[in-house]
Amino acid sequence: MAVDVGRETGPLRGARLSLSGAFWRRPWLRLLVLLLVPAAAFVAVYAASLGAMLASSFWTTDSFTAEIVHTWTLDQYRTIFNLDDPTYLRIAARTIGMAVAVTVTDAILAFPLAFFMAKIAGPRTRSFLFVMILLPLWSSYLVRIYSWTTILSSSGPLNWMLNGLGLPDANLAFTNKGMWIVFTYVWLPFMVLPVYAALERIPGSLLEASYDLGGRGLRTFRSVILPLALPGLAAGSIFTFSLTLGDYITPLLVGGPGSSLIGNIVSEQSASNLTFAAAYAMVPVAVMVLYIALVKRLGAFEAL
Amino acid sequence: MRERIRGWHVVLAGLVVVLAAPAAAVSKASQLPTKIGAGEGALSVVEWAGYTDPSFAKQFEKQTGCVIKRKDAGSSNEMFNLIHGGGGGGGGQYDLVSASGDASLRLIYAGDVQPVNIKLIPSWKDFLPAFKSPPHNTVKGVHYGVSLQWGPNTLIYNTAKVKPAPKSWSAIYDPKYKGKITVPNNPIQIADAALYLQKTKPALGIKDPYELTKPQFDAAVALLKQQKKLLLRYWLYPADDIKDFKTGDAIIGATWPYQTLQLQAAKVPVKEIIPKEGVTGWADTWMLTKRAPHPNCAYKWMAYASTPPVQARQALVFGETPVNPKACPYMDKLQKGSCAGYHLNAPASYAKSIRFWKTPVKTCGWGGRNDCMDQQAWNNAWASITG
Repeated sequence: MAVDVGRETGPLRGARLSLSGAFWRRPWLRLLVLLLVPAAAFVAVYAASLGAMLASSFWTTDSFTAEIVHTWTLDQYRTIFNLDDPTYLRIAARTIGMAVAVTVTDAILAFPLAFFMAKIAGPRTRSFLFVMILLPLWSSYLVRIYSWTTILSSSGPLNWMLNGLGLPDANLAFTNKGMWIVFTYVWLPFMVLPVYAALERIPGSLLEASYDLGGRGLRTFRSVILPLALPGLAAGSIFTFSLTLGDYITPLLVGGPGSSLIGNIVSEQSASNLTFAAAYAMVPVAVMVLYIALVKRLGAFEAL
Repeated sequence: MRERIRGWHVVLAGLVVVLAAPAAAVSKASQLPTKIGAGEGALSVVEWAGYTDPSFAKQFEKQTGCVIKRKDAGSSNEMFNLIHGGGGGGGGQYDLVSASGDASLRLIYAGDVQPVNIKLIPSWKDFLPAFKSPPHNTVKGVHYGVSLQWGPNTLIYNTAKVKPAPKSWSAIYDPKYKGKITVPNNPIQIADAALYLQKTKPALGIKDPYELTKPQFDAAVALLKQQKKLLLRYWLYPADDIKDFKTGDAIIGATWPYQTLQLQAAKVPVKEIIPKEGVTGWADTWMLTKRAPHPNCAYKWMAYASTPPVQARQALVFGETPVNPKACPYMDKLQKGSCAGYHLNAPASYAKSIRFWKTPVKTCGWGGRNDCMDQQAWNNAWASITG
């Protein structure tokens, strides 16, 4: 402190002392003052907006003026869970299926790569691989998705390469398979990094001990490496799963007819039928809560 | 200690929620301005791509000092969302929106746009009579904007790959072109199917493609669900549509003249036609948002965009027809024969062949019925078709 205590006048000094005394006597007050700004930001930005969304999902919208009608009703949820017209259930199922497929693919692709980086590669190769994994994140996500539309298009590099090898066209442009490939590519770094962090923390001695006890490759992997890497896989899967669940730009640009995800419907209806958009946006929230509960149940957070 | 903090958190949460609750919007009684004041130095628009094309907007920026910030929308729903979202009235962000007939009434009834003093738009008195006070932007004699341009939604095809040349909309429902067809991602597309059914299935008794009873509507939706299996994709932005025809992924589809002009300029062998069943079309309006931060620049732009030379240039950039017939000689000067090409010399008969977009409402305009499908039903049906 730059305050010259000796020169401090009576009342000011008294105030300072009583304040510091108050903080000393009530530790919770000190903590409160420290946490006030981040807590307020958290409440205002996250909790309040989620709460507003939850509340609006139980209201309705006037179809002509797009005005919100504040009467409590389950109409929006009835539209979503309408078994006679399962449009929104179908789109939700497609979204969740896509998120699962992308997460599983990313986990399968990321694990060997992360293992190589953490345990086998030398420092130079490791930094090179890090740069290669992070490099795409430095460019705009839109640019990368647009370049994928070029790669997958019928006259694009992919078909050119396949034809050169004497293979037929892949026909991936504007299909759900194409969308799956693009999602897998875009979110891969978010899986590699946490898995790498988890694998890197496994001491080499544990692997040696497993070998000493007669555990061969597969056994060591199953009983030692995988359980210890689980928190990393869980963290990565939460990223890839939730990012896919909420995305609407990728389906817009690389999706075809019948590629709408939850995010597309929410974005289309966000102003003309805000209450329905709010109700539909609760679906990924609920799915995420269930998913995190499941992951926790599997014990993935215990080692964190 | 933990317990105490939790208690305090609850108090804190309550406090912040109260503070964060949006202040009730205070609506000022809007009075029509009697003259255009000094420009605010900026103008922010939600537009169809190319509606403030630099080829004619640069001069405006130089003359008035109003620098234009653009936000392109891909569909009428997106336009409505941009203006109505963010607290409504353009969210205090956007000044103008180039709304088509299927969004303009919604914006008026949602209270997102404000009345415009038409006396401040000198060229307005020269407009074609049909576009001076059309029902899609004038309610009870109050003008909510200035008509701009109009035109058809056309059928585009690749002349090298589609043979013989199509004459009917049946081409975009034809399994022959499976996987090569594109159509716009816009609920108003249901009207295109209804228009086609009006001519091909007279038993349905469709009178107006925007005023459909449940059986008529269901027939159009069923046709579009069939069509979905044949599509390459639904395009939202004109740039995506252009790209698909450039790569050859798409060879036929529903489009706007803008894309055709861009593709022809890029030497892609495409042609567009008005099929024998007729076409839907748009009639656009520059509308002033209720919370426009730069109203003077907005008025200056509406006045500028209505003048004959600017009308002519915009018409040729986008491929549409001006509302100001005095643009005719300017169009011919820019491109020989274009005035006749865009039917500005015979607008009445041409306009009759176009069924202009309008907001679907419950009240059918025919037979005094009140059971037509409204915009919300169109939006839901569109989600069930495309999703």
